[in-house]
Amino acid sequence: MDKKTHGIIRNIEWKVVIAFLFLVLTGWISIYAAVYDGEHSNIFDFSCRYGKQLVWIGASLIIAFFVLIIDPKFFSQTSFLIYAICIAMLLVVLVTGSVTKGARSWLGVGDFGIQPSEFAKMSTALALAKYLSTINVDMRKWQTKLTAIGIIALPMLLVLLQNDTGSALVFLSFIFVLFREGLSLYVLIFGAGAIVLFILALLINPFWLAGILAVVILITYFVVHSKNHKTKFIYFLGILVFCFTVVFGVKFGYEEVLGSHQKDRIEVLLGKKQDYKGVGYNVNQSKIAIGSGGVLGKGFLQGTQTKFNFVPEQDTDFIFCTIGEEWGFVGSMVIVFVFIWLCVKIIKMAERQRSNFARIYGYGIAGIIFFHFFVNIGMTIGLLPVIGIPLPFISYGGSSLWAFTLMLFIFIRQDVSRSELV
Amino acid sequence: MKNILSSRKFVVIGIFITIGVIFALRLLYIQIIDDTYSELANRNALRYVTQYPSRGLVYDRYGKLLVYNEVVYDLMVIPRQVKNIDTNAFCSLLNISTEEFVKKMEKAKKYSMYAPSFFEKQILKEDFAALQEKLYSFQGFYAQKRTIRSYPDSIAAAVLGYIGEVNEKKIEEDAYYKRGDYIGMSGIEKKYEELLRGKKGNKITLVDVHNREKGSFQNGQFDIPAQAGANLYSTIDLELQKYAEKLMANKRGSIVAIEPSTGEILCFVSAPSYDPNLLAGRQRGKNYKKLADDISKPLFNRALMAQYPPGSIFKVAQALVALDMGVIEANSGFPCDKGLVGCHNHPYASNVKDAIKMSCNPYFYRVFQREVQQQNPQTGKIDSKYGLSLWTAAMKRMGFGVRMDIDLPNVSKGYIPDTSFYNRWYPTGWNFHTIYSNSIGQGEVMVVPIQMANFAALVANRGWYITPHVIKSFGEENNKKVYKKYTKKHYSFIASSWWNVAVEGMWGVVHEAGGTGRRADVPGLNVCGKTGTAENIGADHSVFIAFAPKDEPKIAVSVYVENARGGGGTWAAPIAGLIIEKYIKREVERKEIEEQYMQAAPCQPLPLQRTPIKTKKKADMKKTNNTNNTQATTTN
Repeated sequence: MDKKTHGIIRNIEWKVVIAFLFLVLTGWISIYAAVYDGEHSNIFDFSCRYGKQLVWIGASLIIAFFVLIIDPKFFSQTSFLIYAICIAMLLVVLVTGSVTKGARSWLGVGDFGIQPSEFAKMSTALALAKYLSTINVDMRKWQTKLTAIGIIALPMLLVLLQNDTGSALVFLSFIFVLFREGLSLYVLIFGAGAIVLFILALLINPFWLAGILAVVILITYFVVHSKNHKTKFIYFLGILVFCFTVVFGVKFGYEEVLGSHQKDRIEVLLGKKQDYKGVGYNVNQSKIAIGSGGVLGKGFLQGTQTKFNFVPEQDTDFIFCTIGEEWGFVGSMVIVFVFIWLCVKIIKMAERQRSNFARIYGYGIAGIIFFHFFVNIGMTIGLLPVIGIPLPFISYGGSSLWAFTLMLFIFIRQDVSRSELV
Repeated sequence: MKNILSSRKFVVIGIFITIGVIFALRLLYIQIIDDTYSELANRNALRYVTQYPSRGLVYDRYGKLLVYNEVVYDLMVIPRQVKNIDTNAFCSLLNISTEEFVKKMEKAKKYSMYAPSFFEKQILKEDFAALQEKLYSFQGFYAQKRTIRSYPDSIAAAVLGYIGEVNEKKIEEDAYYKRGDYIGMSGIEKKYEELLRGKKGNKITLVDVHNREKGSFQNGQFDIPAQAGANLYSTIDLELQKYAEKLMANKRGSIVAIEPSTGEILCFVSAPSYDPNLLAGRQRGKNYKKLADDISKPLFNRALMAQYPPGSIFKVAQALVALDMGVIEANSGFPCDKGLVGCHNHPYASNVKDAIKMSCNPYFYRVFQREVQQQNPQTGKIDSKYGLSLWTAAMKRMGFGVRMDIDLPNVSKGYIPDTSFYNRWYPTGWNFHTIYSNSIGQGEVMVVPIQMANFAALVANRGWYITPHVIKSFGEENNKKVYKKYTKKHYSFIASSWWNVAVEGMWGVVHEAGGTGRRADVPGLNVCGKTGTAENIGADHSVFIAFAPKDEPKIAVSVYVENARGGGGTWAAPIAGLIIEKYIKREVERKEIEEQYMQAAPCQPLPLQRTPIKTKKKADMKKTNNTNNTQATTTN
C-alpha cells in the first residue's frame, strides 16, 4: 500500500461512508419489499427492479472508488467543463428525450436511459463553488449575485422546460450556499415570508388577507414609532406594498399560470379539496401506509399497503411508505435521523475545509440532499404537495443513485485532502 | 468577515434540525397517536368474498327428489393476465369462433382489465372436464363453480317455479341481495325463498390494489362459511303428478288434487305446462321469451290464477247454504220450469239429492230465490239485500271469494258478489231477478280451480278444510318443522246433517241413473262428484269436482278442461276418475280409458291472436250480465 492510498484511507470520513452504505442498503431492501411478490422472491433476480438496483449499487460503488483515487483538484479544475456538458445534455434531452410521466427528462441509449437533470444538480454545485471561490468575488456586489443566480437559473430553467417541476425546484436549495457566502439575511426572511404569504393567500380570500395585513403592519408601525420616533414610515409602507404584491400576485399566478394538476395537488394538500380517488389518492394511500405502521411496523415484507400496490410509485418517489409501513415509527425515525445527521455532518465538514471551493461545494450538496429529503418525505407524510423527486440513495433508479454517489464522494474526496495546501 | 459568515452555519443547521423535528412529530402523530390509518389500511387490503350457499332441495311426499342443484362452471377472464395464449386451440376447445373470442375479450376489457368478468357462463360438468385439463395453459382464465337448479323428472313447473337474477328494486329493498344473486321468481322458489336460499358466508382474503387475491387472511379464522338452504318436503306425489301431467297432455286446463284430511296438495297441474329445466340452464333467457310469447300461455298458472264462473258445481254450495238457512228442506221439490231458466230433459227432482244428481237449473233458481228473498227480522219485510248479505257471508266461509293462504304466490281471489257490489252496478235498484244467474253458478260469481278442489275437500270432510299447501315441512331430515297455519281446521258452520245430503247428491251424480258424471266412476272406490260447465266466450270449459271414497275420503280433486265441447261429464269427469284411481290404487287398471283420455285433444284451437285467459273481466260484468239472462241455459 503506497503512501497516498494510505493517506486517503486514514483521512476518509468513514462515518459518512457508513451512512451512505446504510441508506443505499435500506433502499435496496425497501425496493425488494415494495415490488415483492411470491412468484419472484429471489432477491438476486436481475429481471426485477431490486435485481437491477443491486447492479446499480455495484456500479455506484465503483464510481465512488474511482472518485476517491482521482486527484481532488481534477473536479475543481473541470467544474465549468462538467457544467457545460450537463447543460448540453439538458438541451439534447429537450430535443430528443423520451417522455416519462409527462416529463421529457430521459436520454435513452437502447434500453438504457439516464436522466441528465440528476447530474445537473451536482454540476451546478461544482460550477457555483468554482465561481464563488475565485478571488474578487463578493456577494455584496450585484454582479456577483446576478452571475451566481445565472449559474443556478440556467439549468433550472432547462429542467423546468422538460416539464420536470420537482427537479427544477431542487435548484432553490442553492439559497443555502448564497446565504452562507454572504447573501443578506433579509433575502432569506423575505423568501420565507413570501412562502408563508403564498400559503395564506391560497387559504384566505386575498382581500381579507390584504386588509388584515394592512391593519397588522400599521399597528406595528405605531407601536414601534411610539418607542422610537426615528422609525420611518416608508419602510413599513414598503413592507405593505411587498405583502400586497405577493398576495395578489399569488392569486393571479395561481389562477392564470399554474396547470390544473398542480393546482389540484396544492388544494388537496391545503385540505381545500377531498379527492381520495383522484389527485388526493397518492397522498392519502401514502399516509395510510405510513400511518398504519405503528410503533414497530408490520414487519419485513408484511406491509399490505405497499405490497398490494395501493401506493403508487412505491419504489421510487414513495419509497418511504414501505419503510414507514414495515418498520414503523422506529424505522422511520432512523431514516429521518440519518438524513439530518448526514446533512449537518456535511455542513460541519464544509466548515473545516481550507479550500473555499470545497466548502461552498459542501454547502451545495448538503442543500441538495436536504431539499430532496425535505420535499420527498414531506410529501409522503402529507405535509407538502406531491412533487416527484426521489429520496437520495434510497429510491429506485440508476441516474439518481449515481448522481448522488458522485456528488457525495467528490466531497468526501475533497475532505480527505482538506489539510493539503490549496 | 469570514468568521462572521461562518456563524451562519448555525442558521443552516438550525433549519435542518427544525425540519427533522417537525417530521418526527408528524410521524409520531400519524403512526402512533392517530390510529385511523391502520383501519383504513385494513379496509384497503382485505376483501370479503361472498360464499354462496347451495339452495335447499325439494322432495316429494314419499322422499323422491323433485329439485336438486347441478354444478356448472363459469369461465372467468382477467384481461390483464391473458398472455401468450394459443387462441386457436382455446377457441376450438370452447367451440367458438375467433371473432366471438375477440368480441368477448373486448367486452371483458371494457369492463375492467384487472377485475374478472364472465367469459362463458354455465358450462356443464361434462363439457368442463375436457376444458379443465387444459385450462392451466391459458393464463388469465379460470373457472368458478356455481350451481343451477335441475329437475330430474321435468315435472311440476307450476308448483316449483323458477329462479332468476335479482332485480334492482329488490336489491334496494333488501340488503341481503347483491347484483348477480339468484332469487326465487315464482312458485315455491319465490314463496320459500328465505328458507331455500340459506345464508351467504364470507371469506376474507388479502387483495392488492388490482383486486388480485393474495391468499387468505389469518388462515381463515375470521371466515364465515355459507349455510346451505333448508330442504323442503313437498306434499306432491311425484307419481301422481307425472300421471296428471300426462293426462293433461294436448289439453288446456288444470288438475288440483288434495288430501282432504290434511289439506296437502297431491298434484297440481296447469296445462299446457313446460319442462322446468328450460328455465334453469344457459338458454334460460331464450326459452323464457319463447314461453312468454306462446299464445297458449304456459307460464300462466291456471290452477292458481285463472278465474272461471263456477257453473253447475256451484249448485252443491247453493244447496248447502239454503239448507242451513232453513229456506228449503232436504226433501223440498221444485218443478223443472224451463220458463224460468233453460234446462235439459230429466225427471222431476223431488229432493235436494236428486236436484244435485240431475243438476236441474230451475230447481236451483228457486233455491237461490229463497236464499235471497228473505224476511229481514228488523223490518219484517222481504229484503233481497238482507238475504244476499247472509248468502255472501256463507259462501265466503266455504272459501269462495277470499284469497287462499296457500304457499304459492299470485293466487287469485275469485269473486262472490255482495250487496254493495250490486248497489254500485245497479244504481237504480236491483232485486233477485237481476242477479238470478248466480243460482246456477254463472252470473258474477268467479272461482279459481284451487278453490274448487278445496271445496271438494270441504264436502269430503263434511264441513271443514285445512288450507291447501304444497310444502309439508322443511329443515333437516330428523328435525322437520311444520307451519302451524297448515294444521288449522277452518269450519263452514253449516250443520253436519246437511253435508250428508250434499254427499249423497254427489254420490248419485256418479253412480245413479240420470247422474251427469257417471264417467267418473271407478269400481270399488265410491267416487262422489259434480259436473260443471263454465261459460266462456269460446267453447265452454268442462269442469268436474270429486272426492273418494265416499267414507273416509283420501282424495279430493278439481279438473278443468278449457274450451272442451261436451260439458263436465264428457271430459273432466273421466279424467278425475283416473286421477282418483291412480292415487288410491297406485295403478290404473282401466288401460283403455286411460289411453283414450291421454290421447284426446278436445280443446278448441286458440285464435291466432292472444285472448285474455280470464273468461270475464270485472269491468265487463255489467255488459255480460244481460247476455247471461238468455244464455244461462246450459246444465249438466
